[in-house]
Amino acid sequence: MYQKYDAVIVGAGGAGLMAALHLSSAGRVAVISKLYPVRSHTGAAQGGIGAALGNLEEDHWEWHMFDTIKGSDYLADQDAAEILCREAIETVYDLEHWGLPFSRTPDGRIAQRPFGGHTREYGKAAVRRSCYAADRTGHMILQTLYQQCIKHDVHFFNEFHLLDLLVEGGRCAGAVALCLATGELHTFHAKAVLLATGGCGRMFRVTSNALALTGDGMAVAYRRGIPLEDMEFFQFHPTGIYKLGILLSEGARGEGAILRNNQGERFMQRYAPTLLDLAPRDMVSRAIYREIQEGRGIGGKNYVHLDMTHLGREVLDQKLPDITDFVRTYLGIEPATQPVPVHPTAHYAMGGIPTDVDGRVVVDEHNTPLPGLYAAGECACVSVHGANRLGTNSLVDILVFGRRSGRHAATFMKQNDWPPLPPRPDERAAALLAQLMNTGGSERAADIRDTLQNEMMDKAGVFREAKGLQAMREKLQELRERYQRVKLEDRGAQYNTELVEVIELGGMIDLADTLVAGALARQESRGAHSREDFPQRDDAHWLKHTLAYQTPRGPELRYKPVKITKFEPKERKY
Amino acid sequence: MNVTLKIRRFNPERDREPWWGTYTVEAESTDRLLDALNHVKWYQDGTLTFRRSCAHGVCGSDAMLINGSNALACKVLLKDLGQHVTVEPLRGFRVIKDLLVDLEPFFAKYRQVKPYLITASAPPANERLQSPAERERYDDTTKCILCGACTTACPSFWANPAYIGPAAIVNAHRFIFDSRDEGAEERLSILNTADGVWRCRTIFNCVEACPRGINVTRAIGEVKQALLYRKL
Repeated sequence: MYQKYDAVIVGAGGAGLMAALHLSSAGRVAVISKLYPVRSHTGAAQGGIGAALGNLEEDHWEWHMFDTIKGSDYLADQDAAEILCREAIETVYDLEHWGLPFSRTPDGRIAQRPFGGHTREYGKAAVRRSCYAADRTGHMILQTLYQQCIKHDVHFFNEFHLLDLLVEGGRCAGAVALCLATGELHTFHAKAVLLATGGCGRMFRVTSNALALTGDGMAVAYRRGIPLEDMEFFQFHPTGIYKLGILLSEGARGEGAILRNNQGERFMQRYAPTLLDLAPRDMVSRAIYREIQEGRGIGGKNYVHLDMTHLGREVLDQKLPDITDFVRTYLGIEPATQPVPVHPTAHYAMGGIPTDVDGRVVVDEHNTPLPGLYAAGECACVSVHGANRLGTNSLVDILVFGRRSGRHAATFMKQNDWPPLPPRPDERAAALLAQLMNTGGSERAADIRDTLQNEMMDKAGVFREAKGLQAMREKLQELRERYQRVKLEDRGAQYNTELVEVIELGGMIDLADTLVAGALARQESRGAHSREDFPQRDDAHWLKHTLAYQTPRGPELRYKPVKITKFEPKERKY
Repeated sequence: MNVTLKIRRFNPERDREPWWGTYTVEAESTDRLLDALNHVKWYQDGTLTFRRSCAHGVCGSDAMLINGSNALACKVLLKDLGQHVTVEPLRGFRVIKDLLVDLEPFFAKYRQVKPYLITASAPPANERLQSPAERERYDDTTKCILCGACTTACPSFWANPAYIGPAAIVNAHRFIFDSRDEGAEERLSILNTADGVWRCRTIFNCVEACPRGINVTRAIGEVKQALLYRKL
C-alpha cells in the first residue's frame, strides 16, 4: 500500500505525540505506532518532570543545567542542556494548560519534590524541582498529549511496525511499516520522518522497560547507515523490584525513603555524604552492587532494602500510590511496615540516533544533517544526558525536543516538496519478511533472546571489564549466526506477533553490538559506563562522543567532540 | 508449580470456530499470568496471540477474561488463580485472533465524550491555580488506562453494544469535575442520550473489574446526579 503524507511520526509516546501536536497544524501528518497510543512506555514514568518553576523554594534553570551537566559526567552537550532546562519551564506550563492533573501545593500551584542529583546553588543541597502528579506523572503526560491529539484530529495508524527508512538522493523520503492487522507492507511517502520509537532496555534480563522497548527505530536507522551515538551509556535505575525489575520511583527517595544493607545501615552515607540516597542513579546503582559484592546484600543475596516504613501510610497513599500497589501486588509486602527488596534494573539508553538541538538527525562527526529525518525522545541522542541521565530529565527531553523537532519539521515540510521514492521502496522490508518467513530454521527466538539478555546483564551491565566485553562480542557473533536459523511457527498474515518479536530480536542484536563495541573501546569510567579495569574518568582521551556505524565487519567507531559552553569539567562528587 | 492453561483460541486464517487449547507450564507461584502466556508463546506455540507491553499494570494492553473475571494478565499472580486457569478474550468485543480483540469501537466511544480540557478563557502565563481539594475531586478517574476491563464486564453493555459504557463515562467524569474545565454541559448532553449514562443499572461489575481500583459505579452515579441537578 502506498500512503502519502507531509510528515510521518513513528512512535506514539511522549516525544511522538508532542511532535504531532506541533506538526498537525502545518499539514497532513500520520502517527504510526506498533502499539495503541496510550500503551506507550511514557505512561510508566512515575516520579515527575524536572523544571525550575521555583514553586516551593528558589530555583533557576541555570542550576538545573549545572545539575544536568554534572549528572552527565560532563559528556552532555551544554548548548542542548541549556535549551532543555530553559524550555522545561514553558513546556510544563503548556501541559498544565492542556489539562494535566498535576498534584498541587496548598496555594494551588504545581507541586514539586526533590529528585536524584537535582540541587540548589550548584550542588549545595537537594532542591524541590520535580513537578509531579502523584507517582503517575508519565501516565498523566501520555493521556494529556493523546487527549490533545484527539482534539486536533491527529491521524493514527495503530499497530504498524516500522521496518525500513527510505533514503533517496541524500534525503529521507519516507518509511516502510508492517500493518499488523493485515500483514501488508505500507510505504509512507513523506517529506519528513520523525523517529520517536523509545528505548531498548529489553536487551537486558532485568529491566524496567516494557516488552515493546526493543529499539526498533535505532536499529532501522543504523541499518540505513546512520550512526548511533554513545550507546555504551546505559542507565541502571537503582530501585527495581527484586527479580522483576519493575520500577520503584526515585520519588520514593524524594519523599524520604532510605536504602539499607543487611546491617540496616544507610550505606549511601559512605558513597555520597551530601546527597545521600538522592545521589544520581549511576552512583547509587554502583553503591548497591558494591554492597552486594562485599557481602552486605540482604540474607547474602543480590538485593538491598528500600525502607519506606517511616514515611507513614498517608504519604504512601497520597504521593506514592502506584508503587505502593506494585509492592503489594508483586511481592505481597506492605511497604508501610516492611522494607522492600530492590536491586538495579536496566532503565534508560542515554545513547541513540544523533541529532542537533532541532531534532535533525546528524550523520557524522561534523554534525551534517540528513534532510527530512528527525529523531526525538529516548531513541535520540541530542545529547542532553551524556553519560548519565538525571531522574525527571527523560520527560523533559521528550517534551522539549519533541516540540522542537515537530516545529522544525513543520517548517521543513512547508518549504520542501516530496523527494522521489526509490523504484521499489518496500524491497528491503519485503526481503526481510520473506527471509524470516521462509527460513525453516530450528532455533527458538526465545532461546536466543534469553542468552542475549542474560549475557548482556552479566557482561555489559553496571560494571564492565575488557575480558567480559570481549567474550560478549564473541557471544553476539554466535547469536547472530543462530539468528540466521531462527524458527517461525506462525506463518499467518494477520497479527503475526511472533514475526514482530523475531524482527525486534534481530534489531536488538545489532544494538547490543554497538553498545559492546563502544564500551570495549572506551577505556575509562564515566557516568553509567564503569570499567573495573579503567576506574578513572579520562578527559584527556575520552571527553568525546562515540559514533558507531554498521559495517560488514561489525560496528566501526568514530568520535566527535563534546560542546562545552558554561561549565568546565570537574571531579564529580555529591 | 505446574499450571494448566485452558486458552480460547481462534485464528481467522485457519479456524472456522473458536476452540480450546490446553497447555501445561512449569512456573513460580509468584509469576504473573502474563509470564505463563509468554512461556506458552515462546516455548510451546508461537502462534498464540495477545497484546502486552509494560507487564506491570500501567499500559492497559493485556486485559482479558481470566477464570471468568476481567483482569490484566500482568497484574494477577498464578498463586491467586490456582492450578487450572481459563483464559478468554474480553466479552462483547469482536475477537480478531485468540485473545486479541477489536478495540476501535471502544476508542470511538472514548473520543465521543470529548476527552480533552475545554476552556474558553486564555491560559495565564504560569499555571492555572487549582486547590488540592479541587484536584482531589476528580483524582479517581484520572487513573484510567483504557484497558476495556470495565466496559466488557458490564451486562448493560453486553445487552446493548451501543451503550457508551463505563470507560467513556469515567473519562467524561475526569473532565466534568475538573475545576479548570468549561465543557461539562457539552459532555453531559452527550451522556444524556438513550445510549448514555442511564443505561447503567449499578451492577458494580465495573468496579470489580477495574485493575486501577477506580470506583467506576460511583463516578457514573456522580455524572447521573450532575445531570439530574445540573450541579457540579
